[in-house]
Amino acid sequence: MPLNWKMGGLLLGAVFFAAVLLVKPIGVSTQFVILDGIVWNAVDPGVVTSSPDSKSGYTSSNAYLNKSGGKYAKSVANPLNYSFVFVIAMMIGAAVSAVLRGGVPGSERDMPAIWRANFGNSLIKRYAAAFLAGFIVLYGARLAGGCTSGHMMSGMMQTAASGYIFAAGAFLAGIPIALYLFRKEA
Amino acid sequence: MQQLLLALLIGGLFGFVLDRIGATNPGYIIKMLNLTDLHLMKTILAGIGVASVLLFGGLLSGLVDVGHMSVKTAYLGVFIGGLLLGAGFAIAGYCPGTGLTAAATGRWDGLVFVLGGLLGAAAYMGSYAWVKSTGVLEEIAGGKTTLGTVEGSGYPALMEGVSGEAVGLAVGLVLILIAFALPRSLTGGRAIEPAE
Repeated sequence: MPLNWKMGGLLLGAVFFAAVLLVKPIGVSTQFVILDGIVWNAVDPGVVTSSPDSKSGYTSSNAYLNKSGGKYAKSVANPLNYSFVFVIAMMIGAAVSAVLRGGVPGSERDMPAIWRANFGNSLIKRYAAAFLAGFIVLYGARLAGGCTSGHMMSGMMQTAASGYIFAAGAFLAGIPIALYLFRKEA
Repeated sequence: MQQLLLALLIGGLFGFVLDRIGATNPGYIIKMLNLTDLHLMKTILAGIGVASVLLFGGLLSGLVDVGHMSVKTAYLGVFIGGLLLGAGFAIAGYCPGTGLTAAATGRWDGLVFVLGGLLGAAAYMGSYAWVKSTGVLEEIAGGKTTLGTVEGSGYPALMEGVSGEAVGLAVGLVLILIAFALPRSLTGGRAIEPAE
């Protein structure tokens, strides 16, 4: 049972405000790139190298990691940075909350009830859809330069034009697709 | 070191709240997007509104350092990326943050979503040079723009000369009002919990 929306909205708003008050606006999706970079650099050292000529002090053979003066390359080289630790802490916070409320019921752990009602119990089907969706979501988030946290919440909170443009795109696609896919109620 | 402690504190709180508002449950996300239960939509709108009012109130009172604002650039890819994210959001019921937190609460489909996400992010890293060559990353609407002019932020405004702080407060209040006005369901579907 989720918190009533008034209390939930107040808490959510307070956290987004605390982030910008104390450090900077919340964002999540960049850290998928940083983790990819860390893994890639571990397998193939030399993807990220230190460079005194670069603005961040680091450079990468990958054009994306190297953009904006190598700021992503720097985070790959130094994973103990604010944004990466933030995302790990976010996962710990959610896990603690879930444990305190008694955990996610076993029947929900593989797929939500509304998925079962519309597509049946097949694990392969659900996992294939989740994997594909993850691919599309993160490709889209990186193309957009942010996700639900960075663009929609943090962006709209700051009245950023980019935040509204992103939210328009997300709901313009999300609502019709959800209406089409999920016609049966759980 | 202080930065890392703040990351642990704010990140931890964020994850805790995401779980408590039901955002780690893909069922609630899907029911929001297929309009059968707008409870989470009300929470999100209220959350953005509250954050906006606090931020712009804080800027006006001098509590918040305007240098902490970080406005992202507007370009066509923001919209296209939004469409892609929205599509996957509807299929799986996860976005990047809620996928990670859902996986952390023990949802296996959340973990699978995250693995797909890591591959999607890698695909973007691989195709970045091509994406850039198409021109969809060229800025539009003035780039890093806000609605009004926020004093000292250095960001251009869509409504140059209009107080960005006043606009921010007003937009925040409007979002909170929309959260109140929005019905629990647009389809007459069964709600997650009885409306208060």
